[in-house]
Amino acid sequence: MTDLRHIRNFSIIAHIDHGKSTLADRLIQLCGAVSDREMVDQILDSMDLERERGITIKANTVRLDYTAKSGEKYVLNLIDTPGHVDFAYEVSRSLAACEGSLLVVDASQGVEAQTLANVYQAINNNHEIIPVLNKVDLPAAEPARIRQQIEDVIGLDASDAVEISAKTGLGVPDVLEAIVNRLPAPKGDRSAPLKALLVDSWYDPYLGVVVLLRIVDGEIRKGQKIKLMSTGASYQVERVGISRPKREMVDKLGPGEIGFFTAAIKQVADTRVGDTVTDERNPATTPLPGFKPAQPVVFAGFFPVDAARFEDLRDAMGKLRLNDASFSFEMETSAALGFGFRCGFLGLLHLEIIRERIEREFNVDVITTAPSVIYKVNLNDGSQIELHNPVDLPDANHITSIEEPWIEATILVPDEYLGSILKLCEDRRGRQKQLTYAGTRAMVVYDLPLNEVVFDFYDRLKSVSRGYASFDYKMVGYEEGDLVRMGILVNAEAVDALAMIVHRGRAEQRGRVMCEKLKELIPRHMFQIPIQAAIGGKIVARETLSALRKDVTAKCYGGDITRKRKLLDKQKEGKKKMRQFGKVEIPQEAFIAALKMDEN
Amino acid sequence: MRSSEPGFGVYVHWPFCKAKCPYCDFNSHVRHAPVDAMSFAEGLVRELSWFGERTQKREVASIFFGGGTPSLMPPAAVAHVLDAIAKLWPLSPEAEVTLEANPTSVEAGNFAGYRSAGVNRVSVGVQALDAEDLKALGRQHSVEEALAAFRLAARIFPRVSFDLIYARPGQTREAWTAELARALAEQQGHMSLYQLTIEEGTRYADLYAAGKLIVPDEETGADLYDITQELTAQAGLNAYEVSNHALPGHESRHNLIYWRYGDYAGVGPGAHSRIGQGSDRFALSTERHPETWRARVAADGHAVVEETRIETADQAAEYLLMGLRIADGIDLARYRQLSGRSPAHLAELTEMGLVSLRGDRLIATHAGRRVLNAVISQLAA
Repeated sequence: MTDLRHIRNFSIIAHIDHGKSTLADRLIQLCGAVSDREMVDQILDSMDLERERGITIKANTVRLDYTAKSGEKYVLNLIDTPGHVDFAYEVSRSLAACEGSLLVVDASQGVEAQTLANVYQAINNNHEIIPVLNKVDLPAAEPARIRQQIEDVIGLDASDAVEISAKTGLGVPDVLEAIVNRLPAPKGDRSAPLKALLVDSWYDPYLGVVVLLRIVDGEIRKGQKIKLMSTGASYQVERVGISRPKREMVDKLGPGEIGFFTAAIKQVADTRVGDTVTDERNPATTPLPGFKPAQPVVFAGFFPVDAARFEDLRDAMGKLRLNDASFSFEMETSAALGFGFRCGFLGLLHLEIIRERIEREFNVDVITTAPSVIYKVNLNDGSQIELHNPVDLPDANHITSIEEPWIEATILVPDEYLGSILKLCEDRRGRQKQLTYAGTRAMVVYDLPLNEVVFDFYDRLKSVSRGYASFDYKMVGYEEGDLVRMGILVNAEAVDALAMIVHRGRAEQRGRVMCEKLKELIPRHMFQIPIQAAIGGKIVARETLSALRKDVTAKCYGGDITRKRKLLDKQKEGKKKMRQFGKVEIPQEAFIAALKMDEN
Repeated sequence: MRSSEPGFGVYVHWPFCKAKCPYCDFNSHVRHAPVDAMSFAEGLVRELSWFGERTQKREVASIFFGGGTPSLMPPAAVAHVLDAIAKLWPLSPEAEVTLEANPTSVEAGNFAGYRSAGVNRVSVGVQALDAEDLKALGRQHSVEEALAAFRLAARIFPRVSFDLIYARPGQTREAWTAELARALAEQQGHMSLYQLTIEEGTRYADLYAAGKLIVPDEETGADLYDITQELTAQAGLNAYEVSNHALPGHESRHNLIYWRYGDYAGVGPGAHSRIGQGSDRFALSTERHPETWRARVAADGHAVVEETRIETADQAAEYLLMGLRIADGIDLARYRQLSGRSPAHLAELTEMGLVSLRGDRLIATHAGRRVLNAVISQLAA
């Protein structure tokens, strides 16, 4: 155990691609925690998906031994936090486990909305913040301008920002010195009852559930009986350890330290991020503040493309759930898609990650239905139901009103794209709350209905701003809306998987776009196919997919037979990726792409 | 068509061309030095005897010289091959002997020689009756030259086919109607009318991918197809296959072997065979490169590079693919025997008027034939 004075706990706040993982890699290397032989890029991102997409999904820590220029030896704990709005709560808990942060800003691109949201969270957690300007070696770098921007936009003194190039290693030793000299040491009482923050947890095939925690008071030891305060569940600690990032077992952890324990906990869902870990016999009187149980905000149906692989899909989801308690699922049946699951996610990125992992790690192709938010439906009898699936909406004459969730969105954008962004927000029923400038960049704050955001808001935002706008949001509550269920009929049959809840004023446009998109995506059949969008019995949009007129091979002789047969076999394979609906075959992409609607 | 028995055919591939046509994906090669034709004919004869041993005593109903450009063969080479076939197999007294010919004046000079060698049918690749289009198609002859060659062929051979390609870039309904009417006035009982298809690996495919070749869209293509059916029917030619039209008795017996899913031995570079042995059926193919093929034949007596036993389910699919192209369709009993089941979606497709049953034969209707690929994919599903 290390004395408090020689511990520094910190996290790194950065926008995607601003160099967080690269800086982490350099710090680890400089402190000699990983030999050159073991060094891979983005050491802390253990999943392929994390490495590829440059996003961190699970929190991760590394303990570094650092001898400062003063000659004193320090223990530095770096917590790598998830970096996306979907995981805002997880981020806040990781930040709560540290006393300070490095704010890494790309010296040519400047502050982005996501950076802003996380830095405010860090400030709320009373962090000391060290601004770090990265990529100063690039010709486009403008450290002076970005310094000014940090002061203007965030209100943070950037005069002693550290200038570095994480890629080349330039300035990185100064970062280490700044950490020990400028960040405060943790506080804590070793003799008090154990009180520790549950930062994250994951499932390890050899160790079972591994719990990452930050000790605030007291100590955690092997063999100790501990209790999770939110659930009251008790466990006996089997192992206590630290990550360097290679795991190393220790006897105990004390105040200010960050490490992990295992305790025969069966599933990750039994451990809740933000919970307080305490001693069973001598518990703390009050839990740590800020605990919230994980709440999915976006729901969507997952169905196997090949219906025969339903059990494989169940198995894959079960395994992913082992490691991700914020993802929930239950069985669902759809007339169009057969057996599948209704799944809850923290956001759209979370949804995409889960889908990609199922397809990649478990090799099950998945059809995703329209993402839906949770609606609160007030019924005539005075009761209220939570609606996760548009298909379950009760008949209109039983409904008094429907409430939908709203968010507050913060968007940072260069002013030349401001007009398009404002139009986008207005089109999506947004209400402007704030519009301010910092240099040539505008910051707009809008209240928006979440259901207008879950479809393709982020894609649209990126495309109208040529990728320059950045976006962050938080939930602000529920509000009544004029909402209706819009159904899609293909060849006069309702395709339940395509039904969605929309605002009445937007229904016609949404319906039209949807029908047009489906017309493009459904291959022509031997007969004409009407595609309609309807609210109740009223058709609000219609397209007609004309019948296939000609599809015949002109020449076919002796030499062609094998080739033609193989073509037929290939077609048969392709049919497996289609869903038969009535007489119509709808390809998998139609279900996915129809929901990524480009309205222009 | 007198009988629906496929019979047994021999296919002879001549792989050389004067120039490669930009739409053609057949195994063809251009040689700038003179080709030693007799050495290739010798190779063909050797490979024929290898196949002769595997298909003993089958009566040959048809022989077909395809290519490439078989009308570049010296008549002596054709005679050498035909003599060999007559020694290896019993030849039907009515055997059809077809040779594909390009209608250039030079090649027309060989016609009499082919006739003496035993060829009794030529398929003349006129391809277009428009000077610009012939150039675009990479053809080596003019319209006048082609018509003269065709008329000469019609005097020399008992049966001739007039072959055209339609739905060419820029071709309108009116233009095709006029061109087809002109061709109908010339034809002598058989026409092969192919809609232009962009085949992978051709120059046209590259141009098409680069957006430099615009072919008529599906709507126009469908109209052109309908015009073709209508005009040929008016002229008394039966659409006995998707792209083939003939007066009764003038059908290509050789191609009917393929469409009736019969057996055939294919010799020469890149030739394919289907050969039944007992209850098994084999697909064979030979080396594609001409000189390599010749060397292999010289060394081994054949240049078969692939031989696969065709699963019965695959045989069923092949039977369906080929058989529904022709007017007398497929024999359902034979299909069921191969696939172990009836074709799928029968009732639905019948109701839609795309197929019909005549006794135990399943036939694609006119409407069904136009979307035959989709129909077959349903039946095979």
